Amino acid sequence: MAEIQPEIRPSRLTRAWDSDLAWSFRHAPVAVVSAIVVLVLIAGALLAPLIAPHDPFNPATLNLMNGFTPPGQANQFTGDLFLLGTDDQGRDVFSTILYGMRISLFVGFSAVFLAMVLGVILGLLAGYLGGWTETIIMRIADVQLTFPAILVAMLIFGIAKGITPPAYRDQMAIWVLILAIGLSDWVQFARVVRGATLVEKNREYVQAAKLIGRSPFAIMLRHILPNVLNPVLVIATISLALAIIAEATLSFLGVGAPPTKPSLGTLIRIGQEFMFSGEWWILFFPAATLLALALSINLLGDWLRDALNPRLR
Amino acid sequence: MTDTPVLSVRNLVVEIPTRRGILRPVDNVSYDIHAGEILGVVGESGAGKSMTGNAVIGLLDRPARITSGEILLSGQPIHNLKGEALRRLRGKKMGMIFQDPLTSLNPLLTVGDQLTETILEHLGVSQQQARERAIAALEEVGIPAARSRIDSYPHEFSGGMRQRVVIALALCAEPDLVIADEPTTALDVSVQAQIVALLKRLCRERGVAVMLVTHDMGVIAEAADRVAVMYAGRLAELGPVREVLTAARHPYTSGLMASTPLASQGHERLRQIPGAMPRLGNLPDGCAFHPRCDYAQDRCRRDPGPTLETCDGRAACWFPLGAERKQEVGA
Amino acid sequence: MLAYIIRRVFQSVLVLLVVGLVAFSMFSFVGDPVDNMLGQERTQADVERLRDQLGLDQPFVVQYWRFLEQAAQGNFGLSYRQGRPVAEILMERLPATLELAFVSGLLALVGGIALGIFTAIRRRGVSANVIMTASLIGVSLPTFLIGILLIYVFSVELGWLPSFGRGEVTRIGGWTTGFLTESGLKALILPAITLGLYQMTLIMRLVRTEMLEVLRMDYIRFARARGLREKSINFRHALKNTLVPVITITGLQLGSIIAFAIITETVFQWPGVGLLFINAIQFVDIPVMAAYLMMISVMFVGINLIVDMLYFAIDPRLRVDRTAGGH
Repeated sequence: MAEIQPEIRPSRLTRAWDSDLAWSFRHAPVAVVSAIVVLVLIAGALLAPLIAPHDPFNPATLNLMNGFTPPGQANQFTGDLFLLGTDDQGRDVFSTILYGMRISLFVGFSAVFLAMVLGVILGLLAGYLGGWTETIIMRIADVQLTFPAILVAMLIFGIAKGITPPAYRDQMAIWVLILAIGLSDWVQFARVVRGATLVEKNREYVQAAKLIGRSPFAIMLRHILPNVLNPVLVIATISLALAIIAEATLSFLGVGAPPTKPSLGTLIRIGQEFMFSGEWWILFFPAATLLALALSINLLGDWLRDALNPRLR
Repeated sequence: MTDTPVLSVRNLVVEIPTRRGILRPVDNVSYDIHAGEILGVVGESGAGKSMTGNAVIGLLDRPARITSGEILLSGQPIHNLKGEALRRLRGKKMGMIFQDPLTSLNPLLTVGDQLTETILEHLGVSQQQARERAIAALEEVGIPAARSRIDSYPHEFSGGMRQRVVIALALCAEPDLVIADEPTTALDVSVQAQIVALLKRLCRERGVAVMLVTHDMGVIAEAADRVAVMYAGRLAELGPVREVLTAARHPYTSGLMASTPLASQGHERLRQIPGAMPRLGNLPDGCAFHPRCDYAQDRCRRDPGPTLETCDGRAACWFPLGAERKQEVGA
Repeated sequence: MLAYIIRRVFQSVLVLLVVGLVAFSMFSFVGDPVDNMLGQERTQADVERLRDQLGLDQPFVVQYWRFLEQAAQGNFGLSYRQGRPVAEILMERLPATLELAFVSGLLALVGGIALGIFTAIRRRGVSANVIMTASLIGVSLPTFLIGILLIYVFSVELGWLPSFGRGEVTRIGGWTTGFLTESGLKALILPAITLGLYQMTLIMRLVRTEMLEVLRMDYIRFARARGLREKSINFRHALKNTLVPVITITGLQLGSIIAFAIITETVFQWPGVGLLFINAIQFVDIPVMAAYLMMISVMFVGINLIVDMLYFAIDPRLRVDRTAGGH
């Protein structure tokens, strides 16, 4: 992909700053703000053990007397202060959100990664090898595409739950979630990669690589893969938002992360019970966090898609 | 030709603002087209020929816009018209023919639907009359059995027939000016000649002024009365087709002729112009053609680009070809 | 065209067979069905008898075939949890889901197409941009949060509308409807908006994208060059071409409303098949899961087929071309 440039090549960093992508990023305030929000939230999740004022899952540090403390007010019995209030068991909402985000983001990233790896590999194979391999892979994709991803994820979750012995169900729930969401989302990647592979396959450089006797595997990896990364990146960004929402939805429905390891969705499920009795903060803050996370990733994905595809502007 | 020209373009400039600066795809272009005349506009892709046509009919895509100059249609300025006023002129006073007949017809409407809606829009006739006129229009462009084919969909016609339908559509509201933007480029060679002949016939019979935009010198030689050669957004040469083709004065025109296989030229070897047309954002100083010109001299590199007015009125070149001969004759 | 339809029907059957295989595998491999059905107190004889009865000693293909036969007759056995025939439970719950899906689908379709056209035509207008931004929030907003938000505003704060259930229903034959009572209609409003909003945003964005794509086409430029009115260009020339691809995806969207109803039904405790399915997953009630899966597949495949037929109605190119492989 490297073009021969007669001039002196500026440093990698300068070139990155000067690239069209960076230029369009700096001139898209929405994208900049979204990126900052995403980074702050990810940092908060990663650093949760350091910045969270309480460890919400250590029963030793919990005081039931602190239950239902409104945000920013001192508790009437203990005098403790909680930034975003506490839930029914006296857990600090701010801390549960930080830890919840960890799980939401972990599941989201892992699921997209799984879907991406699976989709890219199957897409490459289908596109490059053609024949029966392609027919089988794409038929499966078609069948799966007939159903909404969330339904597929629920089903996989249900089956996996059925296979898992009851004692391990809570422990395995996170991994089952990743598997369920990842498997429900590979089709998009596979379709795009297959399409791009079909195009690249007939390019001269691939033909040349074939002629000098490179193995199909090496050709796919070294020559075709780098050329399909742009669309894959766009899909991955959008999929990330979808995966986070899917995780939250499953957990909210009670078929996801268990209350012992709550994600944002689980927290919202818990908080919903207190909506009618006036303890709005238990619901509101996790919901707002989820929304901020999903929205900023979506906005970033939207910008990225437009920036990489000038025709749409 | 003392009457008012149907189309008169005066010092037209079209600009596109980009983040790397302002581009001028059309730079100070002037020409007239009279009734019953075909002006061929020729040049490489990116020379600004289509952009000129789009500017005339008011269909420039954003962010391109006319920044100076005038466009007069039968003496009336139209370059600053907008919206509704411009719409009324399109179709009625000026029509346009596009390059690809496969994509310029709406696939979901019958040919008759598309014709009658245009006729109804511009001519105050009844539905029944509009249909009769539509059939007549199809017959005029040489569609056999027009009456039975009027309710067909575009995909039921062949490429050449579709281009005939496109021409019928452009002419059905009887405009005075037709802009044909590469009307033969997408067609089979065998069909090209028929379409050119059709355009020529309609021009003569109806007295329509035609602006024929093409990169094909053969089409120009076949159809045009006068020819305007464009290079990098500017007019390089403008004159009667016979004279320009046989005795080009601009080195670019001459190079273009030498690189085109024309029956009239005999068996000379085809020659290529070295290099490529510069990109608009990257025009050289002086005459835009000088880096590729065999005859370039210091003045060509130094002085701002020559125009028809600053030169001999036919070629925008400080040292037009054949000038020496003229001097000899004069001496 | 006939060949095309036959091919599509064949494909649909294939999809159903694959789904059937999944459902059947659930029965066979997720937990031991004998275990699940007999409970704690059982004798070896009970186990043998049930094995024989269920045909578990038969080869896989034979078992699969028997399963399909039973499924085609709507016989999915007893719910592990409720001990009643699954088909009976499903039929009881289905009207609630279908009524909800119908109203939401209508809302999504009408609202989505109208807003999509508007935002495409007024691409650079302020209101169109506001709608587009709002729609992005709508896409990012998970369905269940929309539901919670609506409940909070209209039930908790304003107290105008009920927050759960279906209200009073009227029984007409085997069907129960909430359309005929005031409380039934009131109870329908929030769930229908919740379920429809997301689909509406998707349809709107799709219509907008397609319409913008069409508006860039040569035939639109040509129509403009002929001096046709904007109204005619937008609604006569562009809209029809926009709708061809939109119909497919929209059709599929409407199908997925039935699936997404799972979420809405849980938020509003709407007594439909979706809520039933979620409960089945929580309690690993395999027969209910399998039956739901088969039912929803039949619906999806049916909708897909109808959408394909609609294609012919709208696109004259397909009516003539024998090999209808898209355009």
